[in-house]
Amino acid sequence: MGKDKYFLNENPEKLTYSGVFKRFDDWARARSLWVVAYGTGCGAIEIRPTFTSRFDAERLGMQMVGTPRQADVIIISGYLTVKTLKRVIRVYEQMQSPKYVVALGACPINGGMYYDSYNAINRLDLYLPVDVWVTGCMPRPEAILAGFKKLQELIDSGKADGWKKYIDNLEWYRENQKKIIKNWRMPNYNW
Amino acid sequence: MAVKIFYAFLTLIGGIAYGLLLGGISRKITARMQNRRGPTIFQNFIDVWKLFRKKTAISHGVMFYLAPMFRLFGGAGTFLLIPVVIDSPYLSNFSFGGDLLVVMYFMVFGCLGMALGAAESGHPHAPIAVTRGLSQMAGYELPFVISVVVLMVADKTTTIEGIVRAQQGGILHWHLFTHPFAAAAAFVSLLGMMMSYPFQVVMAPQEIPVGPPTEYSATFLSYMFSGRSVFAVAKYVLFMDLFLGGATNLLWAFVKTFIIFLWPLFITNVFPRFRLEQSVLFFWTWPTLIGLIDLIRIFIVR
Repeated sequence: MGKDKYFLNENPEKLTYSGVFKRFDDWARARSLWVVAYGTGCGAIEIRPTFTSRFDAERLGMQMVGTPRQADVIIISGYLTVKTLKRVIRVYEQMQSPKYVVALGACPINGGMYYDSYNAINRLDLYLPVDVWVTGCMPRPEAILAGFKKLQELIDSGKADGWKKYIDNLEWYRENQKKIIKNWRMPNYNW
Repeated sequence: MAVKIFYAFLTLIGGIAYGLLLGGISRKITARMQNRRGPTIFQNFIDVWKLFRKKTAISHGVMFYLAPMFRLFGGAGTFLLIPVVIDSPYLSNFSFGGDLLVVMYFMVFGCLGMALGAAESGHPHAPIAVTRGLSQMAGYELPFVISVVVLMVADKTTTIEGIVRAQQGGILHWHLFTHPFAAAAAFVSLLGMMMSYPFQVVMAPQEIPVGPPTEYSATFLSYMFSGRSVFAVAKYVLFMDLFLGGATNLLWAFVKTFIIFLWPLFITNVFPRFRLEQSVLFFWTWPTLIGLIDLIRIFIVR
């Protein structure tokens, strides 16, 4: 990573203390998931009812925030075009650790109905570390809530470590990303 | 002195906790008004802890780091200058002669720090929000200052303690009833201070996502969060002291601040939003004119 004076050049995981509050941290993280409000595909239409009065995700401690800086979770809601993928990577890297990715629908898993499209990617797993998959085309809000319940269980038990995987295998992810995105002009990852 | 500092510290912790709890209660009430279950009332504690323990790798310079501190200590300083319980050696905080003027200065302090820090964050939304926030502050300060001047002239004192003492002796001695127009002006300007909904141009969730702290995250945001909570409590306590006759014990302090807390909350949940010029114009006409009625009255009667 380049020496950029505005960013840490070391993984903060190594800098911070650990252990004492870890259990309590996981508990709090699971119960306070802030979701960045960025709809990528057609599934974005299912996110609105999930977060509004009918299904009320706020009772699980989740809420929408308008900026990736404050968010914990990014929802990949459906198919990802190459153009959107670049933005999603940019948003994901602006989020602060620990952070989680939830992928909705069949498209991020294997391409879904866009499996042979010239500009939609087939496997999201190659480009971003996904913590929870929710299948369906599209999954209804109940299924999305079930997926978030699963994510909460994973975080609570300390198993949702996609962001660590991303840091450890950054070169591999970068290689895959650069294969798809030809005009790669992005800032360095700042942990 | 050391004992006093210790008790002031305890009061501050209590103020932050009470502010976070009120925030949770307001989220719960909002949820119930929108016909949903809503989070637990302790949700804000969980949020603050999570934010506090999140990692952050963002830096935009010195002022960016200082702004959350300005915010937190602007709120804490305001809170510590206002006596929570009158005549109590532990809960009257560091109130001294002439402190109402200091409090009014200190209330601006946190916002200015915030403005400097947010402006340095370099996010295009932040300066927009800062401009809006400071313009709106110029709006609501005017009716608030008018009503405070009314109280100062009426009670011939500038200390909060003196104003509280002037209201003792029954509910009809409260300034809410002796100076209803000044109280009305101040309570309308409280809506602007709390950024409740008709005057919600600063945070404006739909257009400039979260306002000035767009670029802040993690620990910085947790400081801002707790700063905002304690600042809100400071305002409730100030309004209790100025208009609802202060508190002679802790129970009354809780009851009265809770009543004041409900006022912006209920307004927030049923109103849409003003634009900036509309909100400033509103503050400079209606509450100002209403406040002027009492100001003129107090000079004629005297």
